[in-house]
Amino acid sequence: MTIKTADVIVVGGGVHGASTTYELAKAGVKVVLFEKEYLGSGGSGRSAAGLRQHFGTETNLHMAKYNLQVFPTLEEELDTGMSLEFTQWGYMWVAYADSVLAQLQKNVDLQKSLDIPSVMMAPDEVKARWPYLCMDGIIGVAFCGDDGHINPQTLTLSYGHAARRFGATVKTYCPVVKLLAENGKIKGVVTEDGEEWHAPKVLLSSGPWSTPLAATVGVDLPVYPERHNLLITEPVEVFDCPMVLCLDDGAYFKQCPNGTFMFGRDDQDEPHTTETTNSAKFLEGVTTSVLKRIPALSGIRVVRQWSGPYDNTPDHNAIIDWTPVEGLLVNCGWSGHGLQFGPSGGRVCKELLMGEKPFVDLYRFRLSRFAENDLFFEPAFI
Amino acid sequence: MTDKKANVICRCEEIEIDEIRKWIDAGYTNFEELKRILRVGMGPCQGRGCRDIILREISKSTGKPVAELLPGVIRPPVKPVKAKLLAEDNE
Ligand SMILES: Cc1cc2nc3c(=O)[nH]c(=O)nc-3n(C[C@H](O)[C@H](O)[C@H](O)COP(=O)(O)OP(=O)(O)OC[C@H]3O[C@@H](n4cnc5c(N)ncnc54)[C@H](O)[C@@H]3O)c2cc1C
Ligand code: FES
Repeated sequence: MTIKTADVIVVGGGVHGASTTYELAKAGVKVVLFEKEYLGSGGSGRSAAGLRQHFGTETNLHMAKYNLQVFPTLEEELDTGMSLEFTQWGYMWVAYADSVLAQLQKNVDLQKSLDIPSVMMAPDEVKARWPYLCMDGIIGVAFCGDDGHINPQTLTLSYGHAARRFGATVKTYCPVVKLLAENGKIKGVVTEDGEEWHAPKVLLSSGPWSTPLAATVGVDLPVYPERHNLLITEPVEVFDCPMVLCLDDGAYFKQCPNGTFMFGRDDQDEPHTTETTNSAKFLEGVTTSVLKRIPALSGIRVVRQWSGPYDNTPDHNAIIDWTPVEGLLVNCGWSGHGLQFGPSGGRVCKELLMGEKPFVDLYRFRLSRFAENDLFFEPAFI
Repeated sequence: MTDKKANVICRCEEIEIDEIRKWIDAGYTNFEELKRILRVGMGPCQGRGCRDIILREISKSTGKPVAELLPGVIRPPVKPVKAKLLAEDNE
């Protein structure tokens, strides 16, 4: 068997694997990406793709701010002919309880201190600006008008396409079956079709599938899948409806640039699986909840539903760290908010893999925090 | 009807054959990828109108018979349904 080599191997072609591959290829690194299906087929392409700067910790806010600096010109930068459908129609967190409102206020104060243009709004201001929203029972919202939406599928595919243009090898429908390590050092990977690839550095960015892959070299990751559902409607007239996240029952909705609406709702009872099976119970729950808040949509037709896995960790924050196996970097466990971190995730992984200093302090993302019981608490997690 | 119109393969999303061939030539030789790049198959008919023609184009380009190509997924509801009818307490 001939063994092929690269400087860096990336396992998993979600947005994080694809953006890292792009950054590395652009920097001249010989990089190869393995994806078991098509780029974005995991959580990334299935995501609601809400982009926000509403977080409650400095680490996440620094990265979120960077993401929103990159997105407006990313389509031009990647230049693939695919449309990223980026819009900035805003993102709203809706409070129905005093304690929730107080936390939103704290988050917004922190955001403002970092020059993020978030505001708190009272119910009558919300009514005046978005008369079509029927927010009975709300006591206030946090809103950032610079936040928005992107097409998660073309985002991931475009990163891969542009990476290829810079010379990266992107292998789709090519699952990695195991990682290879020797004397405590990473050595490479073996693919399902029996090819062996060697590299001194490997990035594991396989979302919830990272856990079984890491285990093949004895690394234990606390990342597990949790199924979440979404639906999309037929298009209606475009009225720039922002992303509205209701903090009473976890329902959310937004208009996409082609006029369709996306509805989602979190459900604690969903199975911990990467199977993308559908839930009928979801349809009833989400339509009941969303139509109550935006009654103008009651005549709209639902075109499709789908599901995808969140890649949860015990504290719902990512792990970006070198593992005990030398040369093996992980970037996974983004839970329900990882799509939008594609730009910053790709940048810091490229920096780590090239031995540069990451542009943000990644201490909070370290792997050992679970064993040390020093979790990364983010008040605005999804 | 003009020639241009006749070249529209995916009527729901108004995608022309040239556009589809361009991406197949760029190496996107399965329906799942083309669907995500071009929205073909994402319209209200979920590809009933365009899937077979696109699979034939992929087959022509790759030399693989249509039967061996991945057809992509049709997602529920199979026909668009009014959101109101799915919600509880609908009249
Ligand atoms: C319904 C839903 C809504 C969401 N909403 C949002 C949102 O509004 N905003 C937001 O920012 N985030 C959201 N998320 C979360 C977001 O999608 C994820 O956190 C993010 O996509 C993780 O990206 P990733 O690249 O780390 O992993 P993934 O996208 O899961 O990529 C991992 C990849 O690895 C591949 N892989 C697996 N095993 C192997 C193997 N053995 N060999 C090779 N490849 C392999 C998979 O096929 C997959 O493509 C949502 C997620 C879901 C499911
Ligand atoms: S014709 Fe292509 S989706 Fe309907």
